[in-house]
Amino acid sequence: MLELALTGEGAHPLLGRIVAQVSPGERLCLLGPSGVGKTTLLNAIAGLDPRVPGAAIRRRPALRIGYLFQEHRLLPWRSVRQNLAMVGAEASRIDCLLEQVGLCDAGDALPDQLSLGMARRAALARCLAVEPELLLLDEPFASLDGERARQMRRLIAEVLAAQPRMAMICVTHDPGDAEALASRVWYLDGKPATLQRDLRMSAGLLRSGG
Amino acid sequence: MKPPRWSHWIALPAALMVWTALSSVLDASVLPTPLTVGDRLWSALQSGELLHHLGITLRRVLVSFALAMALGTLLGVWMGRSRLVNAVLDPLLVLFLNLPALVTIILLYVWFGLIEVAAVMAVVINKVPSVAVTLREGARSLDPKLEQMARVYRFDRRQWLLDLWLPQLFPYLMAATRGGLSLIWKIVLVVELLGRSDGIGFQLHLAFQVFDVAGILAYSLAFIAVVQLIELAILQPLERRAGAWRTAGVAHA
Repeated sequence: MLELALTGEGAHPLLGRIVAQVSPGERLCLLGPSGVGKTTLLNAIAGLDPRVPGAAIRRRPALRIGYLFQEHRLLPWRSVRQNLAMVGAEASRIDCLLEQVGLCDAGDALPDQLSLGMARRAALARCLAVEPELLLLDEPFASLDGERARQMRRLIAEVLAAQPRMAMICVTHDPGDAEALASRVWYLDGKPATLQRDLRMSAGLLRSGG
Repeated sequence: MKPPRWSHWIALPAALMVWTALSSVLDASVLPTPLTVGDRLWSALQSGELLHHLGITLRRVLVSFALAMALGTLLGVWMGRSRLVNAVLDPLLVLFLNLPALVTIILLYVWFGLIEVAAVMAVVINKVPSVAVTLREGARSLDPKLEQMARVYRFDRRQWLLDLWLPQLFPYLMAATRGGLSLIWKIVLVVELLGRSDGIGFQLHLAFQVFDVAGILAYSLAFIAVVQLIELAILQPLERRAGAWRTAGVAHA
């Protein structure tokens, strides 16, 4: 469903040679030192980086993507409910989604009235509202305190369990996240960044791939 | 903190008192008393003359305002979004920004004759550049992070305009509207004075010919009152409604 063929020959300042494939149902964690270009790669995958040539990222046509940015990036002048409706969720489904992320009472609040953790869960609900085939998460546990981070990790694990065909790429700097969520780990390093390691994890056994 | 109610009612009554005091010292033909001006206003209102000319000026103001806002917004947003367009059009914008209103008015009357279209066009040409400059600033301040979000979630054209851009451009539109109304009605008066045979500007012209200060003050005050009414009845409520989300996080945090 997703094929990366970055040659590293272009003039991209951060991304070097990165060649890999992602299939439905794969759960990927993208690790690497900070500033190496993890978010840049995630943006490229979402089609948001104009410096990356179109042919370098091959997505299945009309691939539905849900992207959880580091900030909530909800429209601050629309209520949470309106924000979900904006991406195409029907009224009845919005209540389900809000319940799923534990925000039943916050539907009519404006995003800036929510705490950081609540706003991130509202943004996750928006990701789910598009029924994504590919879920992109950029540091979903950053700046949350221990309990909130655990809650968020549990929530994402539930979402993944409920939708086995959905692929996920999660940027994180915590190998613990990879252990808890991932079936495959990419390690990005260097300048420009290249894929240093591509590990498939199954039943506690690590075997090297690609 | 909201200032107390009475604070709005200091400056204008004080100005009225100064006016009364001055007019008692000066000759009535130089500065008539507020009462004389009020009388003048009342008789012009009763004869229907005031409303006739007020209506005509107001129509010219609204037509040129709408045209100037529409053109200026399109131009400004276009220039704010594209560096190329900005580089090409910026010298022209600076030129028009510094073109005296009087020059535009005279030239258009000379070229097209003393007709309504020339009058309205002169006002629009005077106002478009300053609207464009304000909206260009607004377009440059549009949040690129929200635009990434809109691209991922495939906002359609309507959502892009109404849900993403309009709320961010709103303060700039308000600023252009405020500056716009007050500037435009002043230019409309000059346009009327120079080449129209109706409207407040024309009446001022007549009053000027006989040095009728009471008439000049009566007609100007009437129009200032109309603009004040637009501000209170339309602009301020609109701004309060549209700006409510800005303070949403403050009370919470």
